[in-house]
Parts: sequence; C-alpha cells; structure tokens
Amino acid sequence: MSKSRFVVARTSDVAPGTSRRVSAGGRDIALFNVGGDFFALGDRCPHESGSLCAGKIVGFAEADEPGKYRIVRDGEFVRCPWHGWEFDIRTGKSWCDPEKSRVRAYQTGVASGSDLEEGPYVAETFKVSIEENYVVVEI
Amino acid sequence: MTGEADHTMAAERPSGGLFKGRAVDCDVHVSVPSVKALLPYLDSYWRQQFLTRGIDRISWNMTSDPPNAPIMIRPDRRPAHGRPGSDFSILKDRHLDVFGPGAAIANCIYGGVALHSEDMAAVVCTAVNDWIAAEWLDRDPRLRASIVVPLNNPDLAAEEIERRAGDPRFVQVLMLAMGEQPLGKRAHWPIYAAANRHGLPIGVHAGSLYHHPALAGGYGSYFLEDYVAQAFGFENCVLSLVSEGVFAKFPELTFVFMESGVTWLPAALWRFDKTWRGVRAEIPWVKTPPSQIVRDHIRLTLQPFDAPDGAGRLERFCEQMKSDEMVLFSTDFPHWHFDGEEALPIGADTALARKILWDNPLATYPRLKALSPEVAA
Ligand code: FES
Repeated sequence: MSKSRFVVARTSDVAPGTSRRVSAGGRDIALFNVGGDFFALGDRCPHESGSLCAGKIVGFAEADEPGKYRIVRDGEFVRCPWHGWEFDIRTGKSWCDPEKSRVRAYQTGVASGSDLEEGPYVAETFKVSIEENYVVVEI
Repeated sequence: MTGEADHTMAAERPSGGLFKGRAVDCDVHVSVPSVKALLPYLDSYWRQQFLTRGIDRISWNMTSDPPNAPIMIRPDRRPAHGRPGSDFSILKDRHLDVFGPGAAIANCIYGGVALHSEDMAAVVCTAVNDWIAAEWLDRDPRLRASIVVPLNNPDLAAEEIERRAGDPRFVQVLMLAMGEQPLGKRAHWPIYAAANRHGLPIGVHAGSLYHHPALAGGYGSYFLEDYVAQAFGFENCVLSLVSEGVFAKFPELTFVFMESGVTWLPAALWRFDKTWRGVRAEIPWVKTPPSQIVRDHIRLTLQPFDAPDGAGRLERFCEQMKSDEMVLFSTDFPHWHFDGEEALPIGADTALARKILWDNPLATYPRLKALSPEVAA
C-alpha cells in the first residue's frame, strides 16, 4: 500500500524536549521533538491505551551493579502516564518487552513551505505558508 | 579435605533402596538433642560459661519447629527419647536405607543461630557444625550438610563459612526465611560473598528469628498461621533478593528455598513481573523480568508439596515457571508430609522425576558433582 505524507505541525509548534498530539489520516499520533529531531509514535500505549504524548519524557536509568545509578540517552524515552511502561521514542519499542509490546513508529521528515507547495502532501488541519518549516509524517 | 575419597564415591558403592543411589534428598533434618551435647565442642571459656550460667539446661528450640506438632514428626520416625531427628539409627535404617539416595543434605534448624549475643551465637554455630561433622557426616558417607551460621552477625557468619569450606561434605550455607532484615539487604552480603567464593548455594529454610512477626500485620495466635505464613515469608525473600540486586552483584549465586512448597511461586511472580514494568527505573540493575532471574537463581525443595488434587500438578508448576530445573527432591525427614515411600507426586521413572531426583540437585550443588560417575569421568 503506498504511503501518504501528512503535514502535521509547524516545527515551531513542538519545542525540543516536548511532545504534542497531532492527527493524520484519522490516527492519533504523538509527535516528539528530541533535540531538534522529530519522531512520531501512535498515541496509544499497547498496554491499556494510555496517551503517550501525555507521558513524561525521560532518560534511561541504568546500573551495572546495585546502587550505581546513571541516566543515559536523556530525553529519548517516554513513560506512559498510566502504568509507567517506558518506550524508546526513536523506535516505539517497550524497553521491558521489546518484541511483544511496541507502539507503531512512523517515518517523519521536515519540509519547508515551498517544498510542500510542490506536493504531494496532505495538510488536513492548517494552511501551509512558504515562510515556515513543517513536520511531515508518512502513514 | 576431610575424607574426600570416602564421601564422593557414594554412587558407586552398591546401594539399594528405592532410588538405588540415583537421587539426592535435599532436605533432611538432624537436631541437636540438647545444649549439653554441644559442650564437648566448646572451648574451656565457653564450656565454663555454659555450665556456670546454666545454659546447658536450656532448650534452644525454634518457635517455628515445635517438636510435638504432628507435621514435625512422622510417627514411625519418632525416637524413643529426645527430639525428632536426633537419632542417627532412625535416619539411617528407616530413611536412608529405605529411599537409597546417593546423598542427603542434613539441615540443622537450631535456635542457637538466633541468639542476641553475637559472640555466643557464633560459638554455638561453630560447635553445631563440628557436632554435625562428628556425629552425622562421619557416620554415613551419604550424608552432606548445610553450614549453620550466626545470622545476627554476617561478618562472623562469613568467618564460619571460611572455616568450614575446606570440608567438601558441607555443601551449602543455611539461613532462615525471616531474619532481622529482608534477605536481599546489603547487610547480608558478606555471607553471600563468602558463599560465592566457595561455590556454596545459600539454603534458605522455613523459619524466623521472630524479631518480626511471621504474619506481616502482626503476631498470630496459632501454629497453623505460623506454618502457612512461611510461604509468604519466602515470597518476601524473592522480592527482596531480586529487588536489592543480590543476583546482579553475585551472578553465580544460587538460593535454595526449603520446606515451604512450590506452588505459591508462579502467582507471586506474575504480580512481580507486571509491577516491575512500570517502576523498573527504581532498580535499574534488574535488567530482565524478575521471573527470569528467579528461574536462573532460585531452586525449591519438593516437600511439603501442596497443590490441588489431581494429576499433572508438578508438571503444571513447571509449565507456569517455564522450567523443569527448579525443583529439587526432598523428603523433609522426619517431618510428616507423606506416608510410606510416597515422597514423589509423579512416577519415579518419568523424565521430570529424573530431573528432580538427580539432574537438578547436581546442577545446583557444585560439591555434589563428584557423585555422578559421568561428571567425574
Ligand atoms: S496504559 Fe500504558 S502502561 Fe498501562
């Protein structure tokens, strides 16, 4: 099935380290900005459907032995607000159960308003202006 | 290495009995008949202290092990005099010769380990281990034992492990399910480090120091409550050992849970795994689901086995745990959990029975490997 590209947000709408819920092609999507890179996950936790864009964005807690704590990949995980499962924002995989519990991860890209004028893109919710940059999600 | 040649060849000597040497009984009890019996194993300072203070007239029974409770002594194992498990000939004639294990691990559950005087507890433990070696291990080549240690002082406990480790007949370290602090706490780690150095599993037996009630909400009234609550105590051990990171710190260490059944474990782990997923970051040294860690590091002795009536009960447990390597055969001599020779809830000729009787104990206790002619060859 060929994919469509949806314009879902202005890049300025999602600040680094935050997320925002958008919709495209009838799906709810959690859009994250990790240090200027955008990632899009289905906004539905595979456990009991918590909304991931309402979850805290965190780093990954690690330890080589008891009592030696550290955070790695800060800002690259989201904790579901309901029961705390952690998902890798880059892949949608649950850390505890990567094979069975994962959320759908969508390809994203950034395009300028002038690129978008050339299409084919679907902008469902707002008008595209030449002066701005946009986040595009492939579904 | 005391008597190594003698004691590693048991499987090769003509041995009869039910299992013809191809079984390890991982929990039989021997008990100190009285404090008096330990006097020969004390130095002169302590012997005089015991005599002048009248300590030789005290009985250090564990509250969790009342000698007259029916479950604690099968009628045909009761000695004419003294405590259950204090008579060698009953153990030999009515048990070891009947079942015919290649080895049987003797556990001495003794109140002396719980003394608040740390020095006296340590001295008593040393005396008990010397007494076990002389009065039991020296008398039957099938017998092995757990090292009794002073639970209130882990450094002294580690010293006792070092003292005993050269005798290959001592095959594990003995602790109780409920002590001063949960078993996973770092205060206990000197014991685990010493055990780890010598390839000794930690045997955790039902029992408590009674510094805390066996029921988590307070003291109960009846033996029944106390006995059943031991299984809950073991659930706490599982939680504490995994969460505190004992297996992250000591990846080679195995714990053997003795005398509290096995069927409580799967349900506890379902809850543990599920909850862990949400709060994993509290204990980042736990990197796989707790059930996986338990499967790799914890073993359980068979008796007392409890499960709903019907066939397939033990098989069901293995299925739920996704492992047939966790259960170790035990009779819990002289306690009364079964009659006659019905110690196994499955046929002795099944593949699972062979694992429980033989393969699993040998894999659990490095010091028993020499029992197996194949391994020794
Ligand atoms: S709904 Fe997300 S963790 Fe339960």
